[in-house]
Amino acid sequence: MQMIRCPWCGPREEVEFHYGGQAHVPYPAEPAALSDEEWAHYVFFRDNTRGAFAERWSHSAGCRRWFNALRDTVSYRFLAVYRPGDPRPVLDQTPTAGASS
Amino acid sequence: MSAPFRTASGGRVERSVPVSFTFGGTSYEGLRGDTLASALLAHGVHQVTTSIKLGRPRGVGAAWAEDPSSLVQVEEPFPDPMQLATTTEVFDGLVAHGVPGQGRLADIGDSARYDSRHLHVDLLVVGAGPAGVQAALTAARSGARVALVDEQSEPGGSLLGTTDLVDGRPALEWVGDAAAELAAAPEVVHLQRTTVFGVYDDGFALAVERRTDHLGGAAPREVSRQRVWRIRARRTVVATGAHERPVVFTDNDRPGTMLAGSARTFLHRYGVLAGTRAVVLTTNDSAYRAAVELADAGVEVAAVVDTRPQVPAHWAAECAGRGIEVRSGSAVVGTRGTDRVTHARVAARDGGAVDDVACDLLLVSGGWNPAVHLYSQARGKLAFDTSLGAFLPTGRLDDLLVAGAAAGAQELATCLRQGGAASATALVELGLDVVPVPVPSTPAAPPVTAPDLVWTVPDVDGDTSRQFVDLQRDATVADVQRALGAGLRSPEHVKRYTTIGTAHDQGKTSGVVTSGIIAELLGGGPDDVGTTTFRPPYTPVAFATLAGRDRGQLFDPVRTTALHDWHVRAGAVWEDVGQWKRPRYYPLAGEDVETAVLRECAAARTGVGILDGSTLGKIDVQGPDAGELLDRLYTNLMSSLAVGKVRYGVMCGADGMVIDDGTVLRVAEDRFLVMTTTGGAAKVLDWMEEWHQTEWPELGVHLASVTEQWSAFPVVGPRSRDVIQAVFGPSGVDAANEAFGFMTWQDTVLDGAPVRLARISFSGELAWEVHVSSWHAVAVWERLVEAGRPYGITPYGTETMHVLRAEKGYPIIGQDTDGTVTPQDLGMAWVVSKKKPDFVGKRSFARADNLREDRKQLVGLLPVDRTTVLPEGSQVVELAESGELPPPPVPMLGHVTSSYRSAHLERPFALALVKGGRARAGQLVHVPVKGRLVAVEVTGPVLVDPEGARRDG
Amino acid sequence: MTTVDAFSTDPADAVPHTPAPDRLNGSSPRTPGAELPEHPEFLWSNPDPQKAYDVVVIGGGGHGLATAHYLAKNHGITNVAVLEKGWLAGGNTARNTTLIRSNYLWDESAAIYEHSLKLWEGLEDDLGYPILFSQRGVLNLAHTLQDVRDSVRRVEANVLNGVDAEWLEPDEVRKVCPIVNTSTDIRYPVLGATYQPRAGIAKHDYVAWGFARRVDEAGIDIIQDCEVTGFVRDGNRVTGVRTTRGDIACGKVALAAAGSTSVLTDMLGLRVPIQSHPLQALVSELLEPVHPTIVMSNAVHVYVSQAHKGELVMGAGVDAYNGYGQRGAFHIIERQMAAAVELFPVFARAHLLRTWGGIVDTTPDASPIVGRTPYDNVFLNCGWGTGGFKATPGVGWVFADTIANDEPHPYAAPFSLDRFVTGRLVDEHGAAAVAH
Repeated sequence: MQMIRCPWCGPREEVEFHYGGQAHVPYPAEPAALSDEEWAHYVFFRDNTRGAFAERWSHSAGCRRWFNALRDTVSYRFLAVYRPGDPRPVLDQTPTAGASS
Repeated sequence: MSAPFRTASGGRVERSVPVSFTFGGTSYEGLRGDTLASALLAHGVHQVTTSIKLGRPRGVGAAWAEDPSSLVQVEEPFPDPMQLATTTEVFDGLVAHGVPGQGRLADIGDSARYDSRHLHVDLLVVGAGPAGVQAALTAARSGARVALVDEQSEPGGSLLGTTDLVDGRPALEWVGDAAAELAAAPEVVHLQRTTVFGVYDDGFALAVERRTDHLGGAAPREVSRQRVWRIRARRTVVATGAHERPVVFTDNDRPGTMLAGSARTFLHRYGVLAGTRAVVLTTNDSAYRAAVELADAGVEVAAVVDTRPQVPAHWAAECAGRGIEVRSGSAVVGTRGTDRVTHARVAARDGGAVDDVACDLLLVSGGWNPAVHLYSQARGKLAFDTSLGAFLPTGRLDDLLVAGAAAGAQELATCLRQGGAASATALVELGLDVVPVPVPSTPAAPPVTAPDLVWTVPDVDGDTSRQFVDLQRDATVADVQRALGAGLRSPEHVKRYTTIGTAHDQGKTSGVVTSGIIAELLGGGPDDVGTTTFRPPYTPVAFATLAGRDRGQLFDPVRTTALHDWHVRAGAVWEDVGQWKRPRYYPLAGEDVETAVLRECAAARTGVGILDGSTLGKIDVQGPDAGELLDRLYTNLMSSLAVGKVRYGVMCGADGMVIDDGTVLRVAEDRFLVMTTTGGAAKVLDWMEEWHQTEWPELGVHLASVTEQWSAFPVVGPRSRDVIQAVFGPSGVDAANEAFGFMTWQDTVLDGAPVRLARISFSGELAWEVHVSSWHAVAVWERLVEAGRPYGITPYGTETMHVLRAEKGYPIIGQDTDGTVTPQDLGMAWVVSKKKPDFVGKRSFARADNLREDRKQLVGLLPVDRTTVLPEGSQVVELAESGELPPPPVPMLGHVTSSYRSAHLERPFALALVKGGRARAGQLVHVPVKGRLVAVEVTGPVLVDPEGARRDG
Repeated sequence: MTTVDAFSTDPADAVPHTPAPDRLNGSSPRTPGAELPEHPEFLWSNPDPQKAYDVVVIGGGGHGLATAHYLAKNHGITNVAVLEKGWLAGGNTARNTTLIRSNYLWDESAAIYEHSLKLWEGLEDDLGYPILFSQRGVLNLAHTLQDVRDSVRRVEANVLNGVDAEWLEPDEVRKVCPIVNTSTDIRYPVLGATYQPRAGIAKHDYVAWGFARRVDEAGIDIIQDCEVTGFVRDGNRVTGVRTTRGDIACGKVALAAAGSTSVLTDMLGLRVPIQSHPLQALVSELLEPVHPTIVMSNAVHVYVSQAHKGELVMGAGVDAYNGYGQRGAFHIIERQMAAAVELFPVFARAHLLRTWGGIVDTTPDASPIVGRTPYDNVFLNCGWGTGGFKATPGVGWVFADTIANDEPHPYAAPFSLDRFVTGRLVDEHGAAAVAH
């Protein structure tokens, strides 16, 4: 069980959080203009990155606010947390996806 | 019964406190502080059980949790399967017997209590041996918050089984002083009989404390039997020591064969001699201590058989001084005996004659395996150290350090130094000022002669079928050879082929040996083979312990409405709806569900009924953009709703499927009250928050759940106006249609309690929902019931609610839908706005599958026989003209989602999702019911009052 | 069901010994049910990869091996390599809880899972391997009125689809599995259950190794420690596979990599709607027979059987986040234990012996993706969620047929990648072992 750093509340136990999947997938500006395939990709298709993955979390049993995180999907480690609207952070070092497995 | 193998004095057992126990049907006396193993050995009982496959005798092979063979079943005080004699503490009344490998569960539940605690510390020290104690002392004196956790009944670790001196006095005195100092330190939690069984992310460790197991029947009822500690540590020092490793040779499984260090533990800790005449087989210096100390205690040591050509001079001299023969360059190639070893078969390693040396105890040391389980669980990497002949941690992890024998330290002084140093390193990293603890002095250790690396001793005839690698699984070197011969190379495959390491001990003594044997057979080193994965838990943990208090009514929270006690008094039968308890119906004397529901329905259709609808979700949506947010999430337009009005709405997922529905009240220009289904309350709030926060943060909206704050009671039926007028008329409410129109709401006050009345109908009848603060719910409900008495007001439950709404064709989301149903499928195209350019789900309606003519649509079904109540969930098929179904697979048209007997229609009816259902209106289809085909007519979903004449009373 | 004599040895013949004196315990020297049939003397060879194959199957788990088996057996295609990045069948095949059933709700699912179950029923003979398929039945418990509706719906659909299924009232549940807590005063009382008598369990290693041995016998190369690092593309075709053991040219490529599928499809520039999550399981120590069937409960989140040696095997919940770490968080296990003791009070003193995690590849509709891809010669099989093991022979058969004929087998057709565009999903969320 991880200790997750909520950008508003600080470190809290994993059980207080809700996972929201890939981050930075904006709702299309004009869904009606999309082809069926483009719409399907918005609705159903998400990246499934092995390694550093930008994703959404909600501190659902705490402040109930959403935030984004960069997390290594192999080691599960949080590499960065950031507020919605902030750009995806650039990491100093490459995540240790393979090395820590 | 006397214990002939108990020493006259010494040990940690309480010689003045005898305890009586029964093993295998025989009564024995042990001492407080004994384990079952030590108590049996004190009586000369070595065989504990037989092996699982071959039925060979199995004894005590070690002194603690690494023992692969002394499996027992505890019967009293409560059946406990698959315990080890070596870790079971004896107490008065203990009844146990050996088991060959399958335990037995009690046939009743366990009434013992279990609980859990959370602990947050700077430093977690696992293991209270020399390294761990030194680490904990260092941290405690530095003012850190410390947890020192150890699995034994008292601290000391390996020191419990030695005669070591620390600071010139018995080591356990030093341990005792340290424990006293820790006990006095305010920020230290020191737990014994507590096993850290798993290490997880971010310094999270789990431990189980055995609080009363050693007390047997004397355990106080109010104390939990076991406790799970959930420990969050900023740093962890793993000081878990090492497990001695066996050497594999022919017939190495006979009782009386034991790890050398364990015999020292039985002697020094328990005051028990494990035999009378011993042979010691070793590959390293450590077993000489066992030979010398057992000899000094009166055991005749027939020989030390050292696989090395050069034996250590110091120890050779010590042996010579005691008349112990040392045979260099030799090994034990086999044993003789039946249920106890009688001879060790000794031969030079380069061949030659086999000498059968008589003995009743065969001590073995093949070196030491650091207990790297926790380090490995935390994803630390191991590497094989050839000079030590062991897999060692390759370093530290971010928040976990390893010290002492677990890190490969061989000598006591090294363990003490490493423990203190690891602790200091961690404390510095945490920004604490380290108060160093001087490393206590220890006697100079004799010079060490390099250990030999011997995994197996070849059988004289080349027969490997009785060379046991995993004693519990009866798996041998021959099995490993077969596995490799079959083409297997990975140790994971060999493990699965041979089952080595899969038993109760999870390969604590057999795992590394297997890697060594594979390496030897394939050529190459153990590093090339590696180990199998170390997985939690380190030792087995009872299910009930992990369940803790989350059992019975505490398994999941129970949510009740403010009126719960009223419903209880009214004799409600309950339905679980999510976590809520809702009245399903209120039977009168002699009524079953059917008659009660028919009565409740009739009341609502002809008089007046009242329902506790408080579990409906309620969300307060406030802000200048509240209407805009709702417009984007509901299929219809909400922003156009006038203050004082109510509108029904449907919400879809992005895939266009209905996820919830309910009514929305516009409370003010910038405020809405959104009602959701009972089960959807939390989901809808989360859904709205998610969209608002992650997609449209620019919208000025705030959301709050007010489900618990507002109670809500629909008052339903032609006489509901009379009741509402009677109760609220004095407050100024005019319930006439002209003054209080359908789908409008008004605020009022009753006895000082603010009340909101809304003309909403989920039954088609004239109806009001009465919303009131839950603090005033009982008072207002009772006023309504009192006022309704002249009209026969009838409380009704969820079942009647379902019937009434189904008669009107109103779907229940989650019952008449299943995540594959659109508003159009429900016949609710009218609720889908054509004006709005977009809302969540709209784009999906244009997909190919949504345009199919044969989509399943909500329809009504009327059984032609006017008597059959179709079971909900029944499938709908085409009318079988022959009267019989074709052979499977039979094409299905859909299924019955809701089905009831209607008091109003005086016949059963159903709602169903049927392919192309609306176009089938008037047609007959079949529904198979218990082997019978029931003909039903497809109708529209609205069967009562399709013209909507009743809603205004 | 037959056992194969060649593998049954009697260890008692080999090792004379003195039986245990009665005073030690009342059991016979050999505990019934406590041992498994031996594996054969030879399983597979370990060849180096050749330069080229007609078909390269990526993923040496149950699905990849079964695909190779049926390519050889049904289609005579044997110039095939099965590439495995680690040790054979060491992924989800080694980590699942071995439940086999076909009582799925929708026609499309019932068809492929029932096809699979029928193959399971003959698989021991087909493979000549004691896979220990034990048809002990599965109960899916209902705890709420809506559970009951959903359960009856599934039973009725199963029956019409030719899948054996029954609805059992609580007293009948008790007859099938006496240790289920059917008391009415527990938090979520058991209101009944669906029952599929033909459901069962098998021994996963035996299944995988049985396929592997047949595959090896057919002349197909099983290549372990061979991780795919890239693809050689030529327009709409993939002509080669780059691996840690060198480049391999290929006529066709079949992906059967479960939780690691996205790593491969990313290399191909192909988007697939799966998410990989940790899914944990656990076993107890060996126990005397106490639990005669398989019990699942979506509402109370229990999923348990007692395997051949006597251990209780349980599936735990899915960790919420994406993860390739083959491990999960312990609070999931703790919750699982609470659920187990709630429904099976006699499990209180059973012990958690071992926990582990796999990577479960989930799809938006909880149904798999099997079929063709935008590449002419690349075939896709993934997204089985918690259903992968039970589908092993069925999907192997169907996938091999799809590869051989360059068009989806009828049972695979509904599970095309295209369904996410048309919206024609096969939504089996209610039927998954774990509601995720």
